[in-house]
Amino acid sequence: MNANLYRKRKFTNQIGLTLSMLAMGLGLFVLLWILFVLFKNGFSALDLNMFTQSTPAPGTEGGGLLNAIVGSLLLVGFTALFSTPIGIFAGVYLAEYGDSSKIAETTRFVTDIMLSAPSIVLGLFVYAIIVAQVGHFSGWAGTVALSLIAVPVVVRTTENMLRLVPGSLREAAFALGAPRWKVATFVTLRAAKSGVVTGLLLALARISGETAPLLFTALNNQFFSADMTAPMANLPVVIFQFAMSPYDNWVRLAWGGALLITLTVLVLNIIARVMFREKVKV
Amino acid sequence: MSQSLAAQADVDPKMLAVVRRQKIQDFFFHKITASFSLLVLIALLGIIASLIFNSWPTFKKFGFEFIWRVEWDIINEEFGAAIAIVGTLTSAAIALIIAVPLSFGIALFLTETCPVWLRRPLGTAVELLAAVPSIIYGMFGLFIFAPLFADYGQPALQSTLGQMPIIGPMFGGAMNGIGMLAAGLILAFMVLPFIAAVMRDVFEIVPPILRESAYGLGCTTWEVVRHVVLPYTQKGVIGGIMLGLGRALGETMAVTFVIGNSNRLAASLFAPGTSIASTLANEFGEAEDFHISTLFALGLLLFVITFIVLAIAKILIIRAEKAKGFKT
Repeated sequence: MNANLYRKRKFTNQIGLTLSMLAMGLGLFVLLWILFVLFKNGFSALDLNMFTQSTPAPGTEGGGLLNAIVGSLLLVGFTALFSTPIGIFAGVYLAEYGDSSKIAETTRFVTDIMLSAPSIVLGLFVYAIIVAQVGHFSGWAGTVALSLIAVPVVVRTTENMLRLVPGSLREAAFALGAPRWKVATFVTLRAAKSGVVTGLLLALARISGETAPLLFTALNNQFFSADMTAPMANLPVVIFQFAMSPYDNWVRLAWGGALLITLTVLVLNIIARVMFREKVKV
Repeated sequence: MSQSLAAQADVDPKMLAVVRRQKIQDFFFHKITASFSLLVLIALLGIIASLIFNSWPTFKKFGFEFIWRVEWDIINEEFGAAIAIVGTLTSAAIALIIAVPLSFGIALFLTETCPVWLRRPLGTAVELLAAVPSIIYGMFGLFIFAPLFADYGQPALQSTLGQMPIIGPMFGGAMNGIGMLAAGLILAFMVLPFIAAVMRDVFEIVPPILRESAYGLGCTTWEVVRHVVLPYTQKGVIGGIMLGLGRALGETMAVTFVIGNSNRLAASLFAPGTSIASTLANEFGEAEDFHISTLFALGLLLFVITFIVLAIAKILIIRAEKAKGFKT
């Protein structure tokens, strides 16, 4: 009598599990497909010229991405320089002082909102407060926009990692008479070091591929320039402009840049994960 | 008290000096870290203030009618946000309709059926999918996916779903590959890893004893997930979906590449459209005076929409975590 019911339940189970496996397969397939396409189209553009020449003028042959690569490195580098101390200090405050205070509660909420706020809106904001006031696009404006994206990531991971440090470690340090700031910097922050670095790397990976906020801030520069007060070429915006262009040469460079950026981002991600895993094992 | 301390002659004045110095250091450390965390708060308030300030001319001219006006005429300065809002919501809705079941499947696979040694690499693969920059999704969508979709996907959809009553017109018209549906599909794969990661995390917090009791009663894996895990993690799952929705609403580059960028309302999902974010990306560079203000107004609307969605997500996830504390 129950055989029918059993068969039906087993059947539903199998359908459900098969579909879930297919979903996983589809996800993997898309990842591999994207990587395959990037390698197929981008590999041919990866040559010495790409790293030694600046972006070509419309319709001319040759050229590379040197100015964009240097620009991206500068933008990401300065962003890391600014957002690391801000993010870590804010994270320390939330973890060490902010257990129940209203300010900490609000900051935590706001950080989470900022974490997934549309990046293009952050670009608009920076345009309004910097570009519109100064009168021209600049590398600094781009750095500020990217910092707005990176800081919340650093704050959140720093706080979470500090909270993983056992309380007994803090108490032992306090018992030795260490002042609070020493406990926070020399004990807890040190214990959570690799986790915090993971957060930094993830933040860098996130901003290296950001395009939308740079459109209104750093914009682009056809020529090589390391001047942070002038418009600055950067890989994402160059990829955006070149990919949409009618010139084969530009589209080819766009694919090369896309491959470069994706590899960078994925490698940063993998390093971050491996580092964090090793820490957890110990 | 202080007198009695001073009375104790054996207290080293040097030690007192150290304590005093450390107290001052602590005071400054506290204030400095607090001010850094206030910076984040100030940034958000600054964003809201600058958006409102810059979009003021638009709202002064059109009032709140701006939100549902359909015109978008740059030359005559007649602006309305309706088309962009509809585009944003439609593409995000398509993305969720596709991404939610897929994410559920992936989370189910990773927590229930997947062999333990495969869990970590597959989990990492899903996270890497989340790490791929959005502009890459855009290029992939435009150059690879759209042509294939025009040749195979759209004809197939038109001959099946397109023949059905009511929803038929949504799958008709010219088949270019790019358009609202393509944007929704690309978005689906962008938000999928975010939703799947949250779902996997909340599935993992289900106490093993609950799961085992259900298995002990003779439930199949599917029944355990459907009737035990899912109800238990409901709030967290919805929170994860809302986070994905927040992403989909604000995504710019991937959408700009494939949505087609046309300021017209069309019944068909095959037709090109526009979203708030892609309008901003396309028009801001050439905008002047009043046009800039309307773009800021669009940005403000986008921010308000995502803010509401994210706040709901946050509250639901916090509640789910609290419930976890009580039930165990």
